[in-house]
Amino acid sequence: MNLFDILQSIIPQALFFAAPLIFTALGGVLSERSGVINIGLEGLMVMGAFVGIVFNLTFADVLGSWTPWVSILAAMVVSAVFALTHAVASVTLRADQVVSGVAINFLALGIGVFLTKQWYDKGQTDMVSRPFYTSDVWLLSDIPIIGPMFFSRMYTTSYLAIILAFVVWFVLFKTSFGLRLRSVGEHPMAADTNGINVYGMRYVAVMMSGALGGLGGAVFALTIAMNFSQSTIVGQGFMALAAVIFGKWHPLGAMGAAIFFGFAQSLSVVGSGIPLLADVPQVFLLIAPYVLTILALAGFIGRAEAPKSLGEAYVKGSR
Amino acid sequence: MFTNRMINILIPIISVILGLLSGAVIMLIFGYNPIAGYGALWEGAFGDSYFFGETIRMVTPYILSGLAVAFALRTGLLNIGVEGQVFVGWLASVWVGVAFDLPMAIHLPLAIIAAAAAGAFWGFIPGILKAKLGVHEVIVTIMMNYIALYTTNAIVRHVITDGEDQTENIADSASLASTWLAEMTFYSRMHYGILIALFMALVMWFILNKTSRGFELRSVGYNPFASNYAGMSVSKNIILAMMISGAFAGLAGAMEGLGTYGYLASKSGFTNIGFEGIAVALLGANAALGVVLAAFLFGILKIGALNMPTVAGVPTELVEIVIALIIFFVASSYMIRWFILRFKKEGK
Repeated sequence: MNLFDILQSIIPQALFFAAPLIFTALGGVLSERSGVINIGLEGLMVMGAFVGIVFNLTFADVLGSWTPWVSILAAMVVSAVFALTHAVASVTLRADQVVSGVAINFLALGIGVFLTKQWYDKGQTDMVSRPFYTSDVWLLSDIPIIGPMFFSRMYTTSYLAIILAFVVWFVLFKTSFGLRLRSVGEHPMAADTNGINVYGMRYVAVMMSGALGGLGGAVFALTIAMNFSQSTIVGQGFMALAAVIFGKWHPLGAMGAAIFFGFAQSLSVVGSGIPLLADVPQVFLLIAPYVLTILALAGFIGRAEAPKSLGEAYVKGSR
Repeated sequence: MFTNRMINILIPIISVILGLLSGAVIMLIFGYNPIAGYGALWEGAFGDSYFFGETIRMVTPYILSGLAVAFALRTGLLNIGVEGQVFVGWLASVWVGVAFDLPMAIHLPLAIIAAAAAGAFWGFIPGILKAKLGVHEVIVTIMMNYIALYTTNAIVRHVITDGEDQTENIADSASLASTWLAEMTFYSRMHYGILIALFMALVMWFILNKTSRGFELRSVGYNPFASNYAGMSVSKNIILAMMISGAFAGLAGAMEGLGTYGYLASKSGFTNIGFEGIAVALLGANAALGVVLAAFLFGILKIGALNMPTVAGVPTELVEIVIALIIFFVASSYMIRWFILRFKKEGK
């Protein structure tokens, strides 16, 4: 096996595993940039996966080939509304944001498994009949070397994730909306004095993170898991959270971190076929992303600076 | 009429009531009889001595994982890594239980201490990173959970056994199980661990409230700058707090390893003992007694719920929603506090 073969098998796999993490991490970036910690990303992904699967199963006959796309849209809407509970608790009710996030995680899983039992009368749903499929990109996949690496056997959702990362970057750093969102997370009082609606911005940010987390969960469900059960989303949300911090609260950084995690995951899957890695016990590949995140946080890859008012509820009129 | 202390006690109680009420409303919406549902739950937790034994069995690790989270929170740290510390504690206790052949008086304490030490080590890493480099403990502990999960699986498969998915059963001399307790409760898996758990609750209360070290730990949690100015070593206290918290969590693992199961199987996901510990600690207001009470409540809910599908037709999973809502209400205590104070004003 030469280098190109290895890259050809790893890169599509890495992007395949990374896509759900990218979506969710982007949601995390938006929420945390506005000053609201979002440990609930896991729960938002659970909600997205649940809605995506149920919607897909229910409407597959009506919508035909459009089903997966409409499913992820539905998952985004429902998860955004679901994220409202986190916004209400942590912005209006000034709840401890970590605690509220933990509650979101419990709540999403509880609702998901309860309704699955209620509607399907068993612990997991059926397999979906219309998931996302891989496809080759027209013309580009014929380019030698690059084609097989980046443009064949790819999920459209992987491209969507990368494009969205740039969109979020543009919104966050090149528009006045983004400037307001960041200022609310850095210094809410100053933002308030300048006439920015702090509560409003935080609500919007948390709901957007809900939509993106739901998107991530639904994409995970419809590309990797194919059904919903208690163990569909186990830790991907926390991985996305790690990507947010590893990526230093920057959309493109978060995307890079997510791709890196996807890369590590694909190594543990296809690693046995690669000469150099075949001898490495699988456990080292499995724990690599987590160890590297800790090392990154410990400052070996440059210090990460959190938004200044992260985790603090803003009380109008207080100093 | 409503002192601050009373409000602090009222908040968890009101949260539990609101959570249970919401559960009843959900049952009504889906066409179940809430009275029959909760009746079945009560039966399932206390109905006969077997159920009662199983409830106690479930409560045991919850007390310890709740203490672990609560201890860290009292010192200003959020230990989400209890889950991973439970894993390494479980592994260490079973390893000692399988590998040695000693008289019980040495073997059992050794296995328990090994579990606490393993948990403490797993807490030491995020502790020292927080103390020396200021790395946020939440993220490190989350990462440590996964490292614990995959590493223990690998050790079970390749070090303790030769490619098996499960270790051998531990020697009887390291077991917490008791035929006496089992026979008394129609062969439930209840074991002596509950005594250890209750004792550790006492230990936590004693350390935090009756020793000067405990005062330092709490003080660093309240205000690291003031503590530093008063001559306390902030980083030493942070590391110590994480280690003690990890030791509690490791003991929770020992309860499963030495008591309930007697072995360790490689796992595809988390046990949730650690994550439930967060809920237990929050509901118990981070106090030793509160944690014990909250652990009992969650143990009752979890075991009692198993009886709900057969008797009342209500899915077991309803309880997950109820627990989540209780946490949510505790988290939003600002709202409850506001209502209580409002009520107080009008009552005057």
